[in-house]
Amino acid sequence: MNQVLKLLLAITVSMATGAALASAGGVRLDQPAADRLDAASLQRGAQAFVNYCLPCHTASFMRYGRLTDLGFTEAQIKAAFVPPEGKIGDTMTNAMRPGDAKAWFGALPPDLSVIARARGTRWLYTYLRGFYVDETKPTGWNNLVFKDVGMPHVMWQLSGLGRLVEKEYAAHGEAEAALSKLKGVAELVEKHEASKDGKETVKYVLRSVEAGKGAMQPDQYDSYVVDLVNFLDYLGEPAKNKRIAMGYVVLAFLLVLFVFAYLLKREFWKDVH
Amino acid sequence: MIKFDGKALLGWVDARFPLTKLWKEHLSEYYAPKNFNFWYYFGSLALLVLVLQIVSGIWLTMSYKPDMTQAFASVEYIMRDVSWGWLIRYMHSTGASMFFVVVYLHMLRGMMYGSYRSPRELLWLIGCVIYLALMAEAFFGYLLPWGQMSYWGAQVIVNLFASIPVIGPDLAVWIRGDYTISDVTLNRFFAFHVVALPIVLLLLVVVHIIALHEVGSNNPDGVEIKKNKDPVTHLPRDGIPFHPYYTVKDIVGVVGFLIIFSAIVFWAPELGGYFIEDNNFIPADPLKTPEHIAPVWYFTPYYAMLRAVPSYFETQVWGVIVMGAAVLIFFALPWLDRSPVKSIRYRGPIYKSFLAAFILSFLILGYLGVLPPTPFRTALAQFLTVVYFAFFLAMPWYSRIDRCKPEPERVR
Amino acid sequence: MSESTVDKGKRRFLVATTSAAGGLATVGAAAPFLLSLQPSERAKAMGAPVEFDIGKLEAGALATVEWRGQVVWVMKRTPEMLASLKKTAGVVNDPESKNKGQQPDYARNEWRSIKPEILVLVGICTHLGCSPTKRTDLAPADLGADWMGGFFCPCHGSKFDLAGRVYKNVPAPTNLVVPPHAYLSDTRILIGADTKPA
Repeated sequence: MNQVLKLLLAITVSMATGAALASAGGVRLDQPAADRLDAASLQRGAQAFVNYCLPCHTASFMRYGRLTDLGFTEAQIKAAFVPPEGKIGDTMTNAMRPGDAKAWFGALPPDLSVIARARGTRWLYTYLRGFYVDETKPTGWNNLVFKDVGMPHVMWQLSGLGRLVEKEYAAHGEAEAALSKLKGVAELVEKHEASKDGKETVKYVLRSVEAGKGAMQPDQYDSYVVDLVNFLDYLGEPAKNKRIAMGYVVLAFLLVLFVFAYLLKREFWKDVH
Repeated sequence: MIKFDGKALLGWVDARFPLTKLWKEHLSEYYAPKNFNFWYYFGSLALLVLVLQIVSGIWLTMSYKPDMTQAFASVEYIMRDVSWGWLIRYMHSTGASMFFVVVYLHMLRGMMYGSYRSPRELLWLIGCVIYLALMAEAFFGYLLPWGQMSYWGAQVIVNLFASIPVIGPDLAVWIRGDYTISDVTLNRFFAFHVVALPIVLLLLVVVHIIALHEVGSNNPDGVEIKKNKDPVTHLPRDGIPFHPYYTVKDIVGVVGFLIIFSAIVFWAPELGGYFIEDNNFIPADPLKTPEHIAPVWYFTPYYAMLRAVPSYFETQVWGVIVMGAAVLIFFALPWLDRSPVKSIRYRGPIYKSFLAAFILSFLILGYLGVLPPTPFRTALAQFLTVVYFAFFLAMPWYSRIDRCKPEPERVR
Repeated sequence: MSESTVDKGKRRFLVATTSAAGGLATVGAAAPFLLSLQPSERAKAMGAPVEFDIGKLEAGALATVEWRGQVVWVMKRTPEMLASLKKTAGVVNDPESKNKGQQPDYARNEWRSIKPEILVLVGICTHLGCSPTKRTDLAPADLGADWMGGFFCPCHGSKFDLAGRVYKNVPAPTNLVVPPHAYLSDTRILIGADTKPA
């Protein structure tokens, strides 16, 4: 019986690790150095969200008043976030009419309330740093993470105009080494070319976004995006911090209860021979 | 002055309702084998999860809207605006997956110790019906959040019925009540999920317990404790009253379960995308299929089998048949097993190997069902499907020729 | 089973402590379910205090405002109407607003209001929840010669004076409710909160 248990455990562990590996491929997704307990970061993120995201997007499940979670007072929220005609209990919707949005961007900008839960923070962090200038697109922008995205790079004044840089390598190892040295958003793609004699050659193309000159240094912009993503993560599940903190109390209590329950069982089972 | 007399009150009730009788029959004088081990926790745990699901489900129903345009938003309303709604919702979503964890382990216990063998065939069959009802309950419930995975999961499963020759397409339309998964479908799935199937499940569970207490519990040795009774008391020598001995033991199991359950609810409610999938945070869009869709983990072994079976004669009904057979074959188990012993403890190496192969095939198929198919994975799934069925279909043969150890007279 | 070796005291202690801890766990598990039944954030947002401009209200006129799904009256009383309150004080049940639940403390005066002329009332009869009608016609045929203006509930015939005070010997037991309200400026009032928001 114990062997069966061990086997089950081993398989569960391998499944868990396998699932993590299975999601590889495509653009390298960078991990934002976000701290869900850092109120200052969340507050900066909220400000960035209202300034840059909310003009076009909505967060229609989020009420302005809830921002007190981040340490804002109601007066601060009213002054800095709630539109003049709005109330603190309103949800974060915008004044843009859906028809206009569709005409401008080709699609309705998605609601961002749970975007962090759908996409993940790594995807968002990389995506928001993955814009580059592409004159062939109607908005003039393209994105390494989200190809042909309809959304223009709204924070370009901060980040500067990013450019797509492609470098070819003959050897895979060389390309890998170059990729690991690059700090920004980058991906490695294989390029299959047929030469004149019909033979196929493989080349490794390192595609990366080269930062432009904006109001912020690249590092500053990255940390600005970290704050924004941190806020988006909070926005996806405002109860998260409370949930995790409560878990410790509940688990501690259950462990105590477990001890009592075990002692009780042991005492009664003294009867059974 | 009126003095409260508990005994008199109980007598008054007992004269009108068999309260004490029920208490004795099912708890204080229900004799269970004294050698239950770890695997015997999962029956009572399944009951616990059922109660948990019903209570949290009732509360969710108070705020959920079974309406195509409001369903997704109402779930987020529960997660944000309803006080403690997030906790109740996570209890329900975690409970759904944990229900299957517990039930699968409960079924494995029955298989290992031969709990389906005579005289418990009917008990096993009722259990199999409960499993079917649970799958239906989970399937209907999964549509309700109206996310992309809800929508496309329901789409795929309803389309399985469409592959049935002749009547299939009309059947699928009839199930949906529309030409596509729509508001009508959502509303009827809601009715099934919150009213019809919970009633069926509760009734079946009561019937399951009545049947169990009629024939008596099996045990890890597969010995019938009723065969060895004390001549004076007429009580089984290897039996102990369920209450207090197994009530106090099950409390330990319950608290242990709650520790794991709470750890998931509070610290990892999505459990890496296995319990709540990322794509389900995108509202259902009938015009856009997600790149990769897979059912929730508890259905993936069958889903992998479905995908592994190629179409012949221009129909894909074969995969559906295989998938259906994989579930329904559990019903035949009592009549497939010809071993002289019940418990794995006294079985020979062939049975043990087959069982191990079966468990592995079920788990690996489950894992393959989560992943997008590749030629290698499909071939592996085909092989494992054969292994899965071989466990059942070859059982009349191998269970008879296996070198078994003698079953003891008394439990150890 | 040998009963002789059983330590009954220890057993009783363990049963008691485990039951107590288990009971506590049950209460803890029940709490979120019970707490979730209170008004949600959406209900609170929709029931948030409402602002109303009294600047355009004419003397003697009554405006209706919706707050928490209830009818709230805002009435600007004329000097004659205010004078009538002195006369009705004798025929109403609770002329000095002694019943504390029916108005905030700042409205426990003869006018039942902050500024004498501006009356704010929840327009729901304290008998069974109908909405009374404003009857400012003096001495009408149906209400009798001594009617000095007020509110009349058509459902069961309860009468209230122009401060919402209930007449004696009518079905309604208490005065009409004065909701919490505050002056944001001379002409704007906030209904539903006692103080100006920060």
